[in-house]
Order: sequence, then structure tokens, then C-alpha cells
Amino acid sequence: MRAYLPHYELRAPNNLPAVLALLADAPGEWRPFAGGTDLMVLFESGKLPRGKYVSLWGLTELSGIEATAGVVTLGALTTYTDIRAHPVLRSEFPLLCRAAAETGGIATQNRGTIGGNIANASPAADSPPALLVYDAELELISARGSRRVPYHLFHTGYKQMDLRPDEIIRRIHLPRGRASWRQTYRKVGTRKAQAISKVCFAAAADVEGELVRDIRIALGSVAPVVIRCTHAEASLRGTRRDAAANDAVRRALAQDISPIDDLRSTAEYRMRVAENLLIQFLSELTP
Amino acid sequence: MSDASVAIRCRVNGDNVELSGHPMARLLDALRRELHLTGTKEGCGEGECGACAIMIDGRLVNSCLVPLVHADGAAITTIEGVADGDRLHAVQEAFIACGAAQCGICTPGMVLAAVDLLERTPNPTDADIRAGLAGNLCRCTGYMRIFEAVVAACGRPPASSNAGTRP
Repeated sequence: MRAYLPHYELRAPNNLPAVLALLADAPGEWRPFAGGTDLMVLFESGKLPRGKYVSLWGLTELSGIEATAGVVTLGALTTYTDIRAHPVLRSEFPLLCRAAAETGGIATQNRGTIGGNIANASPAADSPPALLVYDAELELISARGSRRVPYHLFHTGYKQMDLRPDEIIRRIHLPRGRASWRQTYRKVGTRKAQAISKVCFAAAADVEGELVRDIRIALGSVAPVVIRCTHAEASLRGTRRDAAANDAVRRALAQDISPIDDLRSTAEYRMRVAENLLIQFLSELTP
Repeated sequence: MSDASVAIRCRVNGDNVELSGHPMARLLDALRRELHLTGTKEGCGEGECGACAIMIDGRLVNSCLVPLVHADGAAITTIEGVADGDRLHAVQEAFIACGAAQCGICTPGMVLAAVDLLERTPNPTDADIRAGLAGNLCRCTGYMRIFEAVVAACGRPPASSNAGTRP
């Protein structure tokens, strides 16, 4: 059942200071609204919380991708289409481009934003596993100023974030220098396109021969938040690849994730698939 | 909470128009009810099916997910604006020639998705065509004739080596 329009307000200031002033004047009263690909779906089904929303769409201060020597910076309003098209992202951050290509259809990719995907805080979102693997950092802004939060500390619980009521995400910073790492991204869903994940896996490893010098492993849809698998990473970092150690890796992974049964899949299936994706990635690291 | 309506200006199929309504009202409804452009269809109403697809500033979007206020200043093309007067677009000609429609509800969105695909990728591979249409659902045709119509619209021979495979 569609929501009743008069229960809502949607204001669209044309500059960032005006948005921040609105948020500062009544913290918690205004909620940010970007491309609408999640919020308008909730609105349609009558599940969007009543109240006041402030549109960010079109704000130039939150748009654009910039690459400097050490870092690539994405404005929060960067769309999936923008990500897929950017040459530096395509060559150095292929997992993020893969995630963007596997999120919805073209029409959704043209409106859905990276900042919205983060702030919607779904544990099944497709881009966060890639952001975790790349050690992304978020730049948050409010009328009080800006601050930076490492992305792996941002999601603090199911739909909970280190984001104050007067703050919005301004940019996402991605450190460069991982182009030589071996990388993989796999979204496991019911169908090839337009599916929500049962399991989403992203990983990158810095390998030299059989030595795993450093590694990042992230999973979506297997815990209340999209997570870095720090136990599994620690069990592998600095070790030589050895298939005999796979059981220990599986045990470490079981400490990281806590999948549940829901309408898309079961805990057992998710656990098995997560293990298999990791073991397959590891098996492909060594010749 | 708010009865405040906004007035926005945009271009729809080349005409300057002014629309007014609640800022969160769906652009889909404004197009159909205010401008009587009923070629844009509502299928699922939640961004999954593509029946309400239109072009905004050259990009394919689902109009059921666009709040009216986001159309301010935009250049919009609906299915009514795809043909050049009485001259149909090559995609429309191909849909007719290939019999790529049954009930017709998905057809306007399919045509726009195909037009968008061919503008971005004039010589698409079969995989490009499948990806380009992945956001548009059809419950009648089984997709093959739609797929063949897009192949025909980009000038490839209709019986390609992939005839008979599922898109």
C-alpha cells in the first residue's frame, strides 16, 4: 500500500551549506535522500518512515571522481554508472566496478549512488565488500566540520552507523597502490541480474610465489553488517599457501561470520558458499 | 505534515512544460496524469520491471522511483518522443517487424532500454544486449523476439548464430 504523500516533506536545497544548515537546525528531523532507488521503493510499499527528507541529488559538492597520486576520491553522489565508466577505477579497483555492474539494471545504476548504498546500511549491499577490501575511508561532513572514519569501523550493528544526526557522507577515499594484488568479487544470487545477494564475496591478496604477504577478505549477507573477515585474514597473512591448512581457514572464517536463515537463503547454505568462495580464491593464488 | 506543492520546469519530448505537485510525487504519475503521456506504464512500482523507463538527461531511469522535484530542469524523453514525428525509430520498426510485443505493457520500457543501449553501444554483442535489457521484465514473449528485434535494429542479420538461445 502506497504511502500518503502529505505525511512527507522533501526539500531540495541547491547547495551543500543549505543542506548542512537544515540538518544542524533540527538534528535527526531531516533525513538525506539521494537517488531514491531505495527510499522510493520503501515509499511505494508504505514502509518509508513519515517525516522530513532533504534531497542531495544534483549537489555538485557531493559529485565527481578525482584521482591524485595516492588516492581516488568518490563524491557520495557518484552513481554505479559513473563508477563503471571511470578509467582509473576500472584498472585499479575492478571489484568496485564489478559490484556496480551487478547492482540492479541500467536504470538503477543511473540513479543509485555509492553514498546511498553505504548509508542505506543493508547487510546485503553489493559495493561495501569491495570498499572494505580496498581499505576505504569515509569523509563525513556537518555544519560543525568534517571528520574521517575508516569504513570497516563505520557500520556498528544492523542498520547502525557511526553517523551523527546532522552528518552526511561527503566522499569516499580509496588508497591506491593495490593494482598488483590478486583480486576477486563474486555475488551469489538467485539469478544473474537484478538479484539481491545470498552471499557477496570480495577479496584481494598480495602474493609472492606461495607467500601471502597481505590479504583482505570481505563478505556481505552473512552477518548483521557487511564485514571484514579479520580472523580468516590473520590465519593467512604471512603464511605460505598450503591446501592442508584449509580446515584452519574454514574455522577462522566461522569466527568472522554469523549467517542466518531468511527469505533469500539459509544459514547453512551461506556458510558453505562463503567457505567455498574463500577456498577457491586461495586455490587460485598459487600456480 | 506537508501540503506544500512545488512547481518545476522541465523539457518533455522537446516541449517546455511546468508541472506542479508534491515534491515526492512520482514523476511517473505526473507524466501520465498531468501531461497525459500514458505510453509510460506502471508495472511493479518498485524499480524492478522497467515498464516505467524514461530518459532523463540522456540516461535511462525508472520514473516510478524519481520524485517530481528531481525533474526540475531536466530534459525528459518518454516513449512518445522516441519517433521523429511519423517516422518511427529503428528500434520501433524492428519491434514491429519481429513481433516483439504481446500484451504491450513492457514494450515502451523495452524500446527505451534498447534505444539507450544502441546509443551507448552502437554494435552490441549478444551479451551487451542481454545486459542492456536485464532491467526490463516481460511476462509474455519469453524475450526471444525482443532480443531478435534489438539484433535487427542494429543492422545485424535476423538469424544470427545465436538464434534459438535464451537471452
